[in-house]
This record gives sequence, structure tokens and C-alpha cells, in this order.
Amino acid sequence: MAVVPGGWSCLFNLCLRWRGVVFALLTAAATLPAAAQEVRTAVLRIEYPSLLPLSRIDLPVPDLGLAGAQLATMDNTTTGGFLGQSYDTVALSVPPEDADEAFRGLLDRGVRLFVVMARTPELLALADAAPPDALLFNATDGDRALRSEACRANLLHVAPSDAMRADALTQFLVWKKWTDWALIEGSNPADRALAEAYRASAAKFGAEIVAEKVFEDTGGSRVSDSGHVLVQRQLPVFTQDLPAHDVVLAADATDYFADYLPFNLWSPAPVAGSAGLRPLTWAPTHESWGATQLQTRFEKLAGRPMREEDYQAWLALRVIGEAVTRTGSADPAKIRAYALGDAFALAAFKGQPVSFRPWNGQLRQPILLATGRMTVSVSPQEGFLHQVSSLDTLGLDRPESACTAFKE
Amino acid sequence: MFRAALLAAGSVAAATLPAAAGNVFVTNEKGNTVSVLDSATWEVIAEFPAGNRPRGITIAPDGSELYVCASDDDLVRVFDPRTFEEMHTLPSGPDPELFVLHPSGNPLYIANEDDNLVTVVDTETHAVLAEVPVGVEPEGMAISPDARVVINTSETTNMAHFIDAETYEIVHNVLVDQRPRFAAFTEDGTKLYVSAEIGGTVSVIDMTAEPPAIVRKIDFEVPGVLPEWLQPVGIAITSDAARVFVALGPANRVAVIDGATDEVLDYLLVGQRVWQMAFTPDQSHLITTNGNSNDVSIIDVAALEVIRSVQVGQQPWGVAVAPD
Repeated sequence: MAVVPGGWSCLFNLCLRWRGVVFALLTAAATLPAAAQEVRTAVLRIEYPSLLPLSRIDLPVPDLGLAGAQLATMDNTTTGGFLGQSYDTVALSVPPEDADEAFRGLLDRGVRLFVVMARTPELLALADAAPPDALLFNATDGDRALRSEACRANLLHVAPSDAMRADALTQFLVWKKWTDWALIEGSNPADRALAEAYRASAAKFGAEIVAEKVFEDTGGSRVSDSGHVLVQRQLPVFTQDLPAHDVVLAADATDYFADYLPFNLWSPAPVAGSAGLRPLTWAPTHESWGATQLQTRFEKLAGRPMREEDYQAWLALRVIGEAVTRTGSADPAKIRAYALGDAFALAAFKGQPVSFRPWNGQLRQPILLATGRMTVSVSPQEGFLHQVSSLDTLGLDRPESACTAFKE
Repeated sequence: MFRAALLAAGSVAAATLPAAAGNVFVTNEKGNTVSVLDSATWEVIAEFPAGNRPRGITIAPDGSELYVCASDDDLVRVFDPRTFEEMHTLPSGPDPELFVLHPSGNPLYIANEDDNLVTVVDTETHAVLAEVPVGVEPEGMAISPDARVVINTSETTNMAHFIDAETYEIVHNVLVDQRPRFAAFTEDGTKLYVSAEIGGTVSVIDMTAEPPAIVRKIDFEVPGVLPEWLQPVGIAITSDAARVFVALGPANRVAVIDGATDEVLDYLLVGQRVWQMAFTPDQSHLITTNGNSNDVSIIDVAALEVIRSVQVGQQPWGVAVAPD
């Protein structure tokens, strides 16, 4: 990483300033012949205060998501080079209170295509403040409401909903005939929402939640030196009164307890959900369907393994790139229409094309089930059928969604 | 006595050392070996180590050298097709998967997936002659019968790139469907077939048009098989262009296409995850590699019937047949 004057630091041609201002300016097209068409996009990342993760493996990285966006821009630029199209991606990373100003600044620069890494309140505020000719892609938020009653016509979801992840895991557990679950949920609102997704999924596919417990978030730091000694003694006691179960489901969206559960339960049951076997859009262990090539390209660029946020930002910009390639247009309205249409299909290293649900703007996609060391399986599972696409067995289906914004 | 018996056995082995003509070489991606079959008997006659993760495989037009992409070794290994000894290696760039030989046997054009390049290597001097920048994740390789145009397909850019074989410049691009895997010319050079694994189609490109353009996209449909499993990969075309065979990956079928009308005539059930294919020299038989059932299927080309499965090594990927 080179440091240049004015508080900027540059990694390859990704330049960033730590708070508030321009994060990245990527114009790989500068080395190519003058392009007839320029596609201007922005990644807007909202920085929320957070504690350190339970596992060192998940320690924060400054270019989270942005490195994926940079790779997508490079990929799009290579393709665009053959078609007279160039891609320019600006990235901003700001605290929630600066989101509006950052968004307006990007609009003033002429950007109309946005990849947003934010939570529901900021996502909705931005979508509602956007001019009619702008299109936003939700890269990270899994909130069910955004795919249902709170959906917005100008907000497409590349991130899977919590319901899609839950259904992906449930299908596998049902395929295994591990249908008796003990559910342990966190006490924060996000943990509760995730637990609700697992309850709905169990009901959908015929699993039974035989017991539920809440693991209270009492605050404090997440890890202490030799803290495992207490964890090893306390967790068996905490789970001793659970009735017989096949598996323990952990709903810990805020990442404060789930990774303590495996091997520390009273029972020898496996853990799934927020720890153990996890439903993920991407994992550094994923190798099938050419995924190794994306992993290698990313690691060469970023010097670290690709995380879910990187993959989802990559995928959002690839959706834009694919629509531009096929339509020959950078007009957000045309990109939206093409992305939501029947002709749209995009290879995403998951073994089948991804596409959008036209009724709520959600990207259909397979979900990986991974342990952190190995990709165990990929859902949808064999035998879960659907009249439109087996991918629509994951998450809210058309009759379940209260979204009306996509009705033309 | 013992010594005499041993000598006799030795001389018998030497006398029956297989002639290479008609021998079938199958790369076993997981087994790190090449299985050798005798196409007269369909017996496995040998299996030899071929480096780490062998995938693409081809043989010199005169049958003198066998080329194997050793993907995890980041190079091409060259074997003697008679003795199965490794002769030398060729530079390929990282993770080589597929390549094509010039009809004369030199040079070798290698798709270099990690660097968005096609690497051109002289098979005699082993020097890299050129590196041609192409789209993202180059994969399929083909060369026109007149050796004027080299085709590369790029899996994320979704194009067939037309490379001038003399200047190494890209002269034309054709956008195809998602994840183009393989490209094959008819022997008269008038048509180019490009498979799109995730798109589920084969694009037929008219090479006589100026510039060459897609005239048809072939779709596949098999009752009882989910559409997303119909993933076209390998393509094999008879020399009279009457029949085009397309391996459909996890659908476990090979599509048979009428080369005149480009209509699908039939689907032949083969082993699991059928990937690449090659004809015997007289084109009477087509061999398919079936990665998930660890076997190859033998198709009778005239009868359009699968006549046999032969167990090979672990996860067969590519196949090449020694010429007469």
C-alpha cells in the first residue's frame, strides 16, 4: 500500500481516504483506447460501530467489499474493452450520519448506478432520496421486509435474504433427516429476526423446533485470555435441560456467542446457523464451477481471501456489467429492465445462472453450506422442486411476498 | 529356470508393447494419472502418472508427442505416447486447462485462465512465442482448419475471441451465452460451434459471413432432467460435419445434433458428469469422459448407441486418441 499526499493511501489503483471522502477511483480503462461509452458506478459503504468479531479469522479489513468491487470493475473493463465500453467505479465509506451527503455528492458527479453496503434504515433513506433515474443494488442487507412490504422499485437485492440462507440450511438438514432442532438465539433485535427466519424455514420444510433458549447479550468484550475455561464449564450447563435434538441452530446475527457452541454443548449434537455449518454466499473454501479462478484473481488483487461482502459487491457490479454488455446501454432504466427480464442470466461460480425475481428484485442464487474449512454442500438440495426455478425454493416466493412496487 | 522365465516374460512384454495408433489417453483429474485404453479391445492397458491435476490433453498430428495440462503444476507435460515416459515440459502460465495444437503440430495455443491470456508456445524450441490478452478467464481453444484463425472463449467475458494466427491480434469477437467452455470447427471451416456451460446453449457461428456471426443457438431439453443440469461442455464433430456431439455435463447425456440442420436428434445416456470427447481415428467410435462415475463411455457413431463403459482412474476429464 503506497501513501500519497493528502491523507490518501493507494492499493493498486484503488485509492482511499479513511473517513468521509472519496474511497476509490478506478479507471482501468485509462490504458485502453478511447471508449465510446463510459459506465459510471459507485460503491457506498456505511460504517457502523461494531465490536471485534469472536474469531480472529473475521477481523475487520479496511477494503471489505471494496476489493470485490475493484475486481468486478477490472473484469467489466476487460470485457468492455472489446465493446467500446469503459467502467469507472468510485467508492465511498462513511458513517451513517454522512450517508445522505455522500450520496448527494455522488449524484452531483453524475453517478446513477449504486452498490450500497448498508442496513435497512439507510438503504430505505437512500432509495427514497434517489432521483427517478437512479438504480441501487443492496449488496449486504438480508432484511426480510426489504423483499416484502418495504420493497422499493429502485432497489435490487444482490444479497440473499435471511430467509434464503435459512431455507438453504434447512433443506440440507431435512435432506439429512436431522429435523429435531434446538434453537439458541441472541437477545439483540437482529438475532431475534434471524431466529424468526429459522422458525419460518422449519415450518416451511417440516423441521421441528423442540426447544428454544435465549443467550443474553450482557455486553463486554467478546474474548478474554483463557476465556475458554469458563466457556467449557458454562455452556454444557446452559444447554443441559434441552430435550433430545438432532442439531442445535444458533441465531447470532451480532456475532457474540455462536462460535462458542460447537463441542461445548451438553449433547454431542452438531451446530448450524451462525456457527458450525453456515449458509454463505461465498467462502474462501469454495472451489467448484471455476470458483478457484475467482478466488485466485481476488487474492492476487487484495492479498487476502475473498469474503462474502467482496463477492456480493463483485456480483452487483457484474450484474451491471452483464446488462451493459448485452444491452449496449448504461442507462439505469434499461439495465433494470434487462436485469429483471427473462433473458438475464449471469454465471456466478455457483453451478447455475443467477437471475432476478421480477416481483421483488431479489437475486436468485445458490447458497453454500460451509464449515470454514470445507464447503459441505450447496443448496437448493436435490428433490426440492419449484414450478419456476429450483432457486425459488429459497426465500420468499411470489405468493409470500407483500411487495407491490414491482408491479408495472 | 527362474532367470529364463523372467527373460521370457520380459521379451513378451517388449514384443507386445502397444503400438500407439488408436490408443486412447484419458486424463484423471483427481487420480493424477493418464489411463491408456486399446480402442480395438476397449481394455485399459496402462495407467501412468501425469503430474498434478491433469486436465486438457492432446496429441501431435503424427502421434509423436502427448501433451497434458498439469493444472496444479502450472505447466504442460509432454509424454512419449509409446513408452509413457515424460519427455519434457512446456511453459503454460498458471493453471492451464485447455489448449489446441496448430494442424502442423506446432505451435501450441494455451488458455491461461488466471492472467486473461492465450499463451503461444513453440513445441520444438519450448519458447513462448506470444501472449495474447483476451477476455476474463480464457478457456476453450480451437484453430480453423486453414490455421488462419485461433479461437479462444472467455468464461466471464462470455465471448469467442478470433485471434489472427500470424499477427496474434484479436480481429473479431462474438458474444455468446454464459460461461463458454469449448469451441470446435467443422472440418471444412465453415461453421464454429461454441458451448456455454451455464447458459445451457451451443452457439453456431457462420464462418463464411463477414464478419462471422451467430446463426443459431441450440437449446437442450431432456424430460425429467432439471434445465440447470443441462450444461454443454465438450463438442465433437464428424469430419463430414453430419453429426455434432455435445457433452451435457451433470445431465449425464451426450446430445446428438444433425450437422446440416443443427437440430438435436437424440440424447445418449452415458456416465455421470460427461465432460470431454474424442473420436477414434476412423471415427467409428466416440469416447466420453465421465468425471463422477470414474469411467468412459464408448459410443458407436453409426448406430448412435452407447456400447460400453470402461472404468478408468479417478475423475476422468480429458481424452485424446493416437492417430493412425
